[in-house]
Amino acid sequence: MTVASVAADCGPLAMEATGLSKDFRLGRGATLHAVRDVSFGLYRGAVVALVGESGSGKSTVARLLAGQERPSAGTITLDGQPADVGSRGAFRRYKSEVQLVFQDPFSSLNPVHTVSYHLERPVRLHQGSTVNVKSQVTALLEQVRLTPAVQFLPKYPHELSGGQRQRVSFARALAAKPAVLLADEPVSMLDVSIRLEMLNLLDDLRKRLALALLYITHDIASARYFADEVLVMYAGEIVERGPAEDVTQQPAHPYTQLLVASAPDPDNLGSLLRSFAPGGRPPGDPPRGGLAQPPTPPAARAHAAASGPATTGCPFSTRCPLAEDRCRQENPPLQRVTDLRTAACWRLDVAASGIARTRQTGDPA
Amino acid sequence: MSTPMSTPSSEPALQEHTAPASPLLEIKDLSVAYRTASGDVKAVERVNLSLNVGEVVGLAGESGSGKSTLAYGACRLLRPPAVITSGSVRYSGRRGAAPADILQMRQDQLHKIRWRDIAIVFQSAMNALNPVLRVRDQLVDAIHAHLKLSRDEANEKAASLLDLVGIPRQRLRSYPHELSGGMRQRVMIAMALAADPEIVLMDEPTTALDVVVQRDILAQIVELKQALGFAILFITHDLSLLLELADRIAVMYAGQLLEVGTAEEIQREASHPYTKGLLNSFPSLRGPRRELTGIPGSPPDLRDPPPGCPFMPRCGFARPACAEVEMTLAPVTGSADPWHVTACPFVGPEGMRA
Repeated sequence: MTVASVAADCGPLAMEATGLSKDFRLGRGATLHAVRDVSFGLYRGAVVALVGESGSGKSTVARLLAGQERPSAGTITLDGQPADVGSRGAFRRYKSEVQLVFQDPFSSLNPVHTVSYHLERPVRLHQGSTVNVKSQVTALLEQVRLTPAVQFLPKYPHELSGGQRQRVSFARALAAKPAVLLADEPVSMLDVSIRLEMLNLLDDLRKRLALALLYITHDIASARYFADEVLVMYAGEIVERGPAEDVTQQPAHPYTQLLVASAPDPDNLGSLLRSFAPGGRPPGDPPRGGLAQPPTPPAARAHAAASGPATTGCPFSTRCPLAEDRCRQENPPLQRVTDLRTAACWRLDVAASGIARTRQTGDPA
Repeated sequence: MSTPMSTPSSEPALQEHTAPASPLLEIKDLSVAYRTASGDVKAVERVNLSLNVGEVVGLAGESGSGKSTLAYGACRLLRPPAVITSGSVRYSGRRGAAPADILQMRQDQLHKIRWRDIAIVFQSAMNALNPVLRVRDQLVDAIHAHLKLSRDEANEKAASLLDLVGIPRQRLRSYPHELSGGMRQRVMIAMALAADPEIVLMDEPTTALDVVVQRDILAQIVELKQALGFAILFITHDLSLLLELADRIAVMYAGQLLEVGTAEEIQREASHPYTKGLLNSFPSLRGPRRELTGIPGSPPDLRDPPPGCPFMPRCGFARPACAEVEMTLAPVTGSADPWHVTACPFVGPEGMRA
């Protein structure tokens, strides 16, 4: 089931993944399905957030889109053309359109090279030898607000703070003048007080440069703040997608509901302490969506979490409080929730009962 | 959930926030410096902090703010070039030993209280566990070092510790790499609880974990605390987490405490501009979607800290007098609670004071 993407309102389609899958052979005939049948589009000027736990396959999606891994199935198109990373030249052309920013600004910069070295190389590689490299590098540093640029050019990574290093990473990615920026947990290694500044910078860059931005994160609250559309991944599959505000405020899929319920809630003072006091959870704290807070004690939940995704049926069925026989046997496809939302769940009637669902096409009346 | 460990505490689960006559741990005027060729880095500067029986105190600060140095300094776990330059750390255990200054203890006295009275859950469980030893051997090793138990008893104790944190016993035979990140962190917590300590220091115990796992582990920590009655000093950069978890919160910046108050005071009437900035730094999942600003700039270089208030260069309320303020914690004006203290003489919960 495909529905329109809210991100399409922001600009033209830049990149599209259709039915993307990636298997890794583990030896002894075992296969890990890291990414399974993932489809979505990235639009110029829009932020699409890919949210999930570690091991859910979100970084593999980024590596597939960046051309660093070949998909086992499915296609990637860039500006309507199939992605071509076959030859060195083609890969270089591809990279000048699609850039990746990594999580760790401490290991993604070379400690023995200066800032100017890190930026001059991609400028020469991607913009050719005719440009004025020095002025381009200065412009890049100003773009990521490392000013005065002259002061930062001769510095080595260890002389920079974490936030400054990540800015250099952004500048390096922008040196290629890409259309698509894939940001893999770009702020999760940074201090809280710096993170917002970084997200605001990325937000500003995508608007000014009309970047199509894929924002990969495990922090669903930042996805709400920053993204237009949210894709929630679990065990290699997209289990829910829709406008960021809708998905985070009224999650439809039980897994998204668990993610939202697990995020720290500063407005709920002492909730962790209170949840174990006699009388259970504080009153006046209605669960969102259709699913109540999991009533199981944490130890039991820990075992459930440790049991890993199911191999048959819905991958979340081992942890899902709503799971029934059908969920354990048959993997649900993405189903329409509203005109802009889908979720892969057989129990949406219960899980998403609070959401005004649009009628299925072909439904009489 | 079974509690195979002895002596569940009779302390009330939630401590009232008042500073009683003698706190469990009282850090006074503690300063720690790192001696470097280019001068001392004042990582912790004249910090006062107390921890009461059964209390959860949160220490919030960014990387490099000195929060880990403070905790390790208080337990004398720092090695040169770190030097404790002033202060005392008074530990008044509830198990009969006379109150004593940890900083003055002999090695054998220290060895006695470490792990048995004060235990630590270290930052990165991935690195804190030995990759070439089975979980059982590591647990038994710690048990033998601090408790007098026979081999069989130690093995049984190791198994019961895993029960305590909800890990199946057959995992005793596992190597750390065979466990998930959450399980490794649980093993670290189990290890810290081996000797039924009175105080557990937790240094970013959940930082590298996914939200769902993080929540489970925090809930488990709270559950264990309720059952066993230990006090927690919880170190993290994530203030939003502390608001939910802690009884009291101390906000640390550039080696100094800038504000201390109950979780509720910190959230509802934050007084120091830095605390306000931090509260405005994390996107909220609930409530209306707000424009957020974060805190511009970056923390000062502690080799050459600015005079007066260290937050001045990033502070929206800064004025010339800030460069001359004496950094002391004083009660927040207008607060009903005399223990809600701030280091900023100019800004209160409502904004500028004068």
